[in-house]
Amino acid sequence: MKTLRDVPVGETSTVVKIHGEGATKRRIMDMGLTKGTEIYVRKVAPLGDPVEITVRGYELSIRKADADILEMS
Amino acid sequence: MGIKIALAGNPNCGKTTLFNDLTGSAQYVGNWPGVTVEKKEGRLKGDRDVVIQDLPGIYSLSPYTLEEVVSRNYLVEEKPDVILNIVDGTNIERNLYLTTQLLEIGLPVVMAVNMMDLVKKNGDKIDMKKLANELGVKIVEISALKGQGTQDAVKACLDAAKTGKTTELPHVFNGSVEHAIAHIEESIEDKVDPENLRWYAIKIFERDEKALENVELSDELKEHLEGHIVDCEKEMDDDAESIITNQRYNYIQDLVSGAVKKKAKKGDMTISDKIDQIVTNRWLALPIFALIMWAVYYISVTTIGDWLTGWTNDVLFGDWITNGVTGWLESINCADWITSLIVDGIIGGVGTVLGFVPQMVLLFLLLSILEDSGYMARVAFIMDRVFRRFGLSGKSFIPMLIGTGCGVPAIMAARTIENEKDRRMTIILSTFLPCGAKTEIIAMITLCFFPGSKFIAPGMYFLGIAIVILGGIALKKARYFAGDPAPFVMELPAYHIPSVKGVLIHTWERAKAFMIKAGTIIFAMCVVLWLLMHFNFRLEYLGEDLESSMLRYIGEVFAWIFVPLGFGTWKGAVASISAEIAKEQATATLGMLAHAASDGETDVANAIRGMFGSGLVGMSFLLFNIFDAPCLVAIATAFREQGSRKWGWITLAFQMGVGYCLALCVYQLGMLFTQGVFGFWTLVAIVICIAVLYFVFRKTPDYGRLSDEPQGANA
Repeated sequence: MKTLRDVPVGETSTVVKIHGEGATKRRIMDMGLTKGTEIYVRKVAPLGDPVEITVRGYELSIRKADADILEMS
Repeated sequence: MGIKIALAGNPNCGKTTLFNDLTGSAQYVGNWPGVTVEKKEGRLKGDRDVVIQDLPGIYSLSPYTLEEVVSRNYLVEEKPDVILNIVDGTNIERNLYLTTQLLEIGLPVVMAVNMMDLVKKNGDKIDMKKLANELGVKIVEISALKGQGTQDAVKACLDAAKTGKTTELPHVFNGSVEHAIAHIEESIEDKVDPENLRWYAIKIFERDEKALENVELSDELKEHLEGHIVDCEKEMDDDAESIITNQRYNYIQDLVSGAVKKKAKKGDMTISDKIDQIVTNRWLALPIFALIMWAVYYISVTTIGDWLTGWTNDVLFGDWITNGVTGWLESINCADWITSLIVDGIIGGVGTVLGFVPQMVLLFLLLSILEDSGYMARVAFIMDRVFRRFGLSGKSFIPMLIGTGCGVPAIMAARTIENEKDRRMTIILSTFLPCGAKTEIIAMITLCFFPGSKFIAPGMYFLGIAIVILGGIALKKARYFAGDPAPFVMELPAYHIPSVKGVLIHTWERAKAFMIKAGTIIFAMCVVLWLLMHFNFRLEYLGEDLESSMLRYIGEVFAWIFVPLGFGTWKGAVASISAEIAKEQATATLGMLAHAASDGETDVANAIRGMFGSGLVGMSFLLFNIFDAPCLVAIATAFREQGSRKWGWITLAFQMGVGYCLALCVYQLGMLFTQGVFGFWTLVAIVICIAVLYFVFRKTPDYGRLSDEPQGANA
């Protein structure tokens, strides 16, 4: 399964499906990452994690591990 | 009748700026009962009958975080007269997500689209009429920063509150979902307030546990409804919670594509993006951060701050006030002891602490500017990886950073951490990096025992960092703190020039907290300490002779506690106790107890050296007072921020334990290596070391299923 950490910096990708359940999934969805949402990977933090993505017009930082529940196109 | 307006909106939407604008300084800041969430209430400028309740910044009304739960409870149970939903016009899609939820609660809602000045500058166009029609709310355009439109927003709220009407809800969900919701509404009609019917129905559909606690459903009813929900899930091939969230965003996306036209094309970089190209750049981020923090401390501590504090201590208190008051008291033939009480006890004691205020205010000011500009979020982003290793997040870094200036605002800064467990741990750990007051003790001990050494001071900071890391790792393995780390999903808000008013209010809030606590607690303790120091048990005034004072005998009682640490004399005990009142006091008290020939630095240093005897004892004293619990003011702040007495005591006990064990081990092992002394306490030291290693390096025990849920909430 291709997840967010597999999307290179500077690329655009779409959320195919969100796996998992509970608070983390809800939080990620509340912030606008839902099925079919297009995101742009802007950069990675200097120490390698988290990742900064553009979603629905704003900048969101998310840990690679937390983003693993996102199946990306 | 007092109208209540609730302010609700995303973090960073300008809600606080609006709140400040509407209430002026008539604000009350505290905590929601029993929890670590800040509660802000104020009265409307121009109509004191109108109460404005500022709710915490929230992205949604899920049951998973304290802020959301506190907000839901307030809206559903306390039923304010109107909700003023502040929406960031430059970020409309995500902001409207909360709006759809607020509408369902059943209270009148007025929407204020903020940052309209930026929207216009960007060249974006928002069709307000269309939005207002579709959503069924009155929309007011505002720019809270510029104070534009805010009065119109208030008027719209008061009108809405008076009519009490809510309009038809927008059609957010599709047919099958609406079908299921309708079924649920029917079944719970008699069990909830009519306004909240839809809210509860949707929550039940989502299987929202907190909401379910409030509605009495028989088991068969639950099963029946579950059947409807499952049918819907099967049809949509997704779980109920996700269905609702998805459909909300789908609805919003359609709405926004029709009503909002952005000028910039998708790939374009905003100004914030351009700034971040440098500020969070792979190579430049850390050096830039180091540079900024260096500048902050250079200005507030080393140069301007130091000059101001020096002036306050030497001129204001040392000269004007002390001499002025002494002169006046002499002229009215005041008794010796009263003069001593006022001059030595109160002015001397409280004066030293207040002398720090200029430095503190300057530090708070600079940190406020950094926070309000949006830079601190970048700091959390950059440092997150480091903190993840012991279960915290980059957000915990900021309180610790502030702690190098003063522990009081540091503990208060932990409020921005959403996860309650992370918040508690951050409060416990953030005072281990030496604050400004503690550096005084470091400077004095260095002068006394290790003159000229350049390593002691930085060494203390590194030791502090080590304690934070090891302490964090050890705490993470305890039952309460164990469990998966909270997700780190954090918005990076656009940079903006902080409003002068906002920064000043922010700064004043912190300075006030410090000064009030200092003024009351420290004042009281100084008087008590002075009394104990200058009177014996027969309540005879002793003048300069301390040897027969009450303090000496009380000190003797406590001295045994410090015997394993090497300074088990009444003087050592007294100095440590006074350090708890205010860390700066330790050196002053030591000087006094050591009968320094004068107030001069070298005399005090010599006297202290004579009193303690060896560098090892000096180091032990230093370690105990630097790494134990912070000063009383900070302890009181920790109690308040933890929101619970139990956690206040746990915090205190942990910190005292760390300081005590550290000093004990260093002294005992030091005695072993330098003088070959091996006794009972040496054994204790070794046991402590082994225990520490165990707690830090053991595998986290299997605690079974751990609760993720925030404590204390229902709706």
